[in-house]
Amino acid sequence: MTVPFAAKRLGKELQKISNSLPPGVELVSAENFEEWLLDIKVLDDNPLYQNQTYRLKFRFGPSYPIEPPEVVFVQLPDRPIPMHPHVYSNGIICLDLLGQQGWSPVQNVESVCMSLQSMLTGNSKNERPPGDEDFVRVNRQRPKDIQFYYHDNDV
Amino acid sequence: MDTDDDFMSNVSSEDDMHPDDSDNDISGDEDFGFDDEPDVYIDSPKEIGHKKKAAYDISFRVFQPSDIQKQQDELIDEVNMILDISKAEAAILLRYFRWNKERLIEDYMDRPGQVLDAAGLAQSTAGPPKMKVVSDFVCDICCEDEPGLESFALKCGHRYCVDCYRHYLSQKIQGEGEAARIQCPSEGCTIIIDARSLDLLVTPELTERYHELLHRTYVEDKEALKWCPAPDCQNAVECGVKKKDLDKVVPTVSCLCTHRFCFGCILNDHQPAPCELVKKWLKKCADDSETANWISANTKECPKCNSTIEKNGGCNHMTCRKCKHEFCWMCMGLWSEHGTSWYNCNRFEEKSGLDARDAQAKSRVSLERYLHYYNRYANHEQSARLDKDIYHKTEKKMVQLQKESGMSWIEVQYLNSASQALQTCRQTLMWTYAFAFYLARNNLTEIFEDNQKDLEMAVEALSEMFEKPISELADSKLKVEIMDKTSYCNKRRVILLDDTAQNLAEGMVMRTILCFWR
Repeated sequence: MTVPFAAKRLGKELQKISNSLPPGVELVSAENFEEWLLDIKVLDDNPLYQNQTYRLKFRFGPSYPIEPPEVVFVQLPDRPIPMHPHVYSNGIICLDLLGQQGWSPVQNVESVCMSLQSMLTGNSKNERPPGDEDFVRVNRQRPKDIQFYYHDNDV
Repeated sequence: MDTDDDFMSNVSSEDDMHPDDSDNDISGDEDFGFDDEPDVYIDSPKEIGHKKKAAYDISFRVFQPSDIQKQQDELIDEVNMILDISKAEAAILLRYFRWNKERLIEDYMDRPGQVLDAAGLAQSTAGPPKMKVVSDFVCDICCEDEPGLESFALKCGHRYCVDCYRHYLSQKIQGEGEAARIQCPSEGCTIIIDARSLDLLVTPELTERYHELLHRTYVEDKEALKWCPAPDCQNAVECGVKKKDLDKVVPTVSCLCTHRFCFGCILNDHQPAPCELVKKWLKKCADDSETANWISANTKECPKCNSTIEKNGGCNHMTCRKCKHEFCWMCMGLWSEHGTSWYNCNRFEEKSGLDARDAQAKSRVSLERYLHYYNRYANHEQSARLDKDIYHKTEKKMVQLQKESGMSWIEVQYLNSASQALQTCRQTLMWTYAFAFYLARNNLTEIFEDNQKDLEMAVEALSEMFEKPISELADSKLKVEIMDKTSYCNKRRVILLDDTAQNLAEGMVMRTILCFWR
C-alpha cells in the first residue's frame, strides 16, 4: 500500500464533500490529511443556537477510519462554544460515537458533523456538563485519552 | 469443589508422622516449594488426627494453560452435542453466557431464536465464511471501488474489503484487547465475528494474540477462576470461596510457580488478616504513616484545645492561634506561672506543667498506637522484601558449606528449609500487626498476641542462628538446633493461623473488629 490508509480514505471523503455537503455544514479548510476545519449551524429554531456558527476541528490519526477522529469545538471571536450538557467549555465533546466503543469505521466526517448538528438540535438545556469548571481547569489530556462515562442517552 | 490440593497437606502430614526423620522438611521442599507446614494436629492433644485440614486451609486447584484449553474444549463439545449447533457457534454462545453452560442450555431450549440473535448469531446457515469478489462493490470504509477487490461479510451482509476488515480486527485485538465480542464494523450492527471468520481474516501474528485473549475471557468470566498474578505465570487458580465470605475466610492459595496469594484480592498472602481489613490498613498506611511519623516527631498539642502545633522557630512562649492559650513549649505548663524566669524554662516540676504533659500523653496515645503497629508491620515488610536476597545468599551458603564441611547436597538442605520458614513466617507476622491494630481488647486478643509473640520470638531466634558464619554452621549441633527451630517456627505459624481462622469463621474476631479504631 503506497498511500497511507487514512490518506486514501480522506482523499475520497474530501472529493465527495468538496462537491456537496448537507445544509448547515461547511468545509473551512482541509489542507492536509491530519487536520480539517468545518463550520456547522443548527438549522431549526432551537433558541439556544439561533444565528450562531460553530467551528469544528477534526484531527485524524494514521489509522482513521478504523480509529475515531478527534473532534472538538474551537473558540474564535465569532465562533463560540455551543452550550450543551455534553460539551465542555473548552470545546471537548463527550459523545459515545467519538469514543472507541461507539465509533464505527463506516462513519465519516460528514456523518459526524450531522450527528453533532442533531445533538445540538435535540437539546433544550442551557447548561454545561457537571464538573465543567474543574474539568476545564485540570484536564491536560487529549480527548481520546479521557475515559468518558456515557451516562445518559436522552440528551 | 474438588480437593486436589490435598496432596500438599497429605504430604506434610505424612512428614509429621515420622517426627524423627531428620529429612522431613527437605522432602517437602523439593517438590512443593515452601508450602510444607507441618500439620499441628498430630501434636495437639485435643484434635489428634481427626481433622485433616487446618482451619485456614481452603480447597483450590491450579490449572495450567493446557488445562484451561481442555476445559473450554470440553464445554464447547458438550454444548455442541446437546444443542446440535456447530462448535464455533457453541463457543460464541458459551462466551456470551459467560461460560454458564446450564443457563445457556436452558435459555436456548426455551427460545433459540432470541438467544442466537442476542449472542450475535443471526439464524441463517450460509456455509463456511469466505472472501468474495462482488461486482460493483464499494467498500464503505476505505471508499475503494476498483474491480476485483476481495471483500468479506458476516451473516448480516455488511460487506467491506478484506484489507479494511484486517485493519479493523487488528485495531480491536491489539489496540483494545477485545476478542470474544468483536462486532461487525457497521454502525449499530451487533453481529459478533465468530472464531472461524476470524481465523480466515486474521494474520498469523494476530491469531496468537487473539487466542490468548479468548483464553483469558474464559478465566475472567468465571467467578471461581483467577489468574496467578506472578509475573510470567500463565496458570489460573480455581477456588470456591465466594466474595461474600471474605470476612470469614482468608483464601490463601499457592500456585505451581510457588507464588502464594490471596484468592479474594489477588494481593500477596496476607494471612491472618481478612481482605477488607487489609484494604483499610493499606489505605491508612498510604495516607497516614508518613504524616503520622512527622506529627509525632515535630509537633505538640495545645494543652487546652488539643490543636496540633508545630514550633517553627522563636522562643518558648507559645500562644495557641486557635484558643489563645499561652503556654511554655518546654514544660507545656501555663506561661503565667513562669514568673521572672521567662524564656528560660526551669519549672519542670510545676503542677500545671505535669497535668498538661499528662493530657498531652493521652492525646498521643492513638497516634502512638498506630505507629506501634505500623512500625512493626513495616519492619516485617522490609524483611519480606529482602527475601530474595536472603534466598540467594542461602544458595551460596549451601554451596560453601558443602565444600567446607564435606556435607552432601541433601544434608545442607536444612538451610533452605530455614530460609523458606523465615520468609513465610515474616509474611504472616507482618499481617498480624495490621490485624492487631483493628482488634478491640478482649481475651481473644490476648491469646492472639501471645501467639504472635511466640512466633515472633521463634522467628527472631531462627533468624539469628541462620546468619551465623559458615564455620559455625558446619557444627552438627547447630544444624540440629536450626532444624528444630525451623520446625518450631512453622508450627507456631500454623497454630496462630489456625486459631485466628477459626475465630474468624465463627465470627468471633470479626465482631470485635467491627468496632474499628479510627
